[in-house]
Amino acid sequence: MALDERVVVLLGDISVFGFRNAFQQYPKRIYNIGICEQAMTSLSAGLAREGLIPIIHSIAPFLVERAMEQLKIDLCYQRLKVNVVSVGGSYDYAALGSTHHCPADVALLRTLPGMDIVIPGTPEEFDRLFRVAYANKRPTYFRLSERRNPLGYEVKFGCAEVIRRGNLATIIAVGSTLAAVMEAVSGLDVTVLYYTTVAPFDGDTLAENCQSDKIVLVEPYYSGVLNADILSALRHSKVLIKNIGVPHRFLTNYGRAEQHDEVIGLTPQNIRMLVKEVIHA
Amino acid sequence: MMEKKSKTSSAEGQALIKKLKRQIVSVAVSAGEGHIASAFSVLDMIFVLYDRVLCYDCANPCNENRDRFILSKGHASLALYAVLAEKGFFPYNELERFSKFDGILGGHPDCNKVPGIEASTGSLGHGMPMAVGMALGLRIRNTKRRIYVMVGDGECNEGSIWESALLAAHHRLENLTCIVDYNHSGDRALLLGDLAKKFAAFGWNASTVDGHDHEEFHRAVLQTTPDRPTVIVAETIKGAGCKLMENNPAWHHRIPDQEELQKILEELT
Repeated sequence: MALDERVVVLLGDISVFGFRNAFQQYPKRIYNIGICEQAMTSLSAGLAREGLIPIIHSIAPFLVERAMEQLKIDLCYQRLKVNVVSVGGSYDYAALGSTHHCPADVALLRTLPGMDIVIPGTPEEFDRLFRVAYANKRPTYFRLSERRNPLGYEVKFGCAEVIRRGNLATIIAVGSTLAAVMEAVSGLDVTVLYYTTVAPFDGDTLAENCQSDKIVLVEPYYSGVLNADILSALRHSKVLIKNIGVPHRFLTNYGRAEQHDEVIGLTPQNIRMLVKEVIHA
Repeated sequence: MMEKKSKTSSAEGQALIKKLKRQIVSVAVSAGEGHIASAFSVLDMIFVLYDRVLCYDCANPCNENRDRFILSKGHASLALYAVLAEKGFFPYNELERFSKFDGILGGHPDCNKVPGIEASTGSLGHGMPMAVGMALGLRIRNTKRRIYVMVGDGECNEGSIWESALLAAHHRLENLTCIVDYNHSGDRALLLGDLAKKFAAFGWNASTVDGHDHEEFHRAVLQTTPDRPTVIVAETIKGAGCKLMENNPAWHHRIPDQEELQKILEELT
């Protein structure tokens, strides 16, 4: 906000305390809009239309699912640059129950032409990616998580990072799944690609790093969203893809996010098992 | 050049309205598409806005110093297209290509295709909150111009309209004017009662006028208040000026046949 006076922040009545200093410093450029995600999203399009660079922020289910048509028409169809920044995708807020879970956000937004999707694995990666993308011309979704990888990378917007190279399979880790993936592949002769931008999808890096034609795709949201992009990038080969991610059902239990990881198999042990299966397939 | 108030006399205005209505019907008939009755409901008001109220430069429709008009009820697009063509935003022959495959004028207006269109509307309840954002944007950027947005009474069923009503009042968007085209087509679903009172209760500067009376509407548009957004609840007749269509729901999205077309054109002469 200090660096670019076009930036305007709209909060859907969350993170307000966290932004208390910004409210003091930039009273004309930060608003707690209230609990009205539809109007907040259209309103941000109006700000963008007037040359400002809005950031809208709320919890993923309300920001994405509640205001889906506003994202579709007001941002994507009108090609207006708004930064849509969510927290708590999937089941970060496990104990709050399914009303507050949002494993569908990436699958839904993937259907909107022109929407870029960024899924950083650490706060530093978010900072790096946001600075590059916040003022480009395309509406952009930043999916922030309470969960983070222990190690960050110098990730580039729109590019997959080659974490390591191997021969027997290629493992694709999206966002905060990288930690579990790295533990899972210890000692195995496999490639690991780390995606922090999933739309646009970096098919080139995948095509250059998938000689085995065997893939394990590990996603922190509804499983399989990137399958079509993978097949499209490797359209000249016969590819084997195994998926790990959030299964397509309501997670009706509460507890902690890690407990849900266990149940749905987003664990290093399970990932390792699948990787081995794929290697021997 | 920014022009303002190339005010047409009352009699000329009435004659022009009839001409525009004839154009609208002809264009819709040749396209086999269009919401004619909705266009007739809003035409007088859109004409008065572009004829007497708004500052704009049709040669440079994105001029920073223009007033902005958003047709939130996008299905009345034919009225807006006819006025924009009349005022020189695009040539009349574009109008004749209405709803053609590669035309720029669709059933609902598109801001990335049509000069003078400020927002792509169609799905109801989007233009109004966008207008609130634009009004806030003008204030943040210190641009002393006005945002006008037109919604329908049916559209006022949408929750986003009332979210917008709360937000505009709370943020004291005195540079925003909302016009409700109250043709009562929504009455068969939800009775909205006294809309001016409802908006006033939300903190708006509200008045009710006859939306087909150019002078009365013009006076109301000029009555703004500091610190409050303004709403004009305009009582209108869907299909106004055309006995066949007036307040007849069958004509919401119907195209006249040749016989009906003759009758309508005679009535509009």
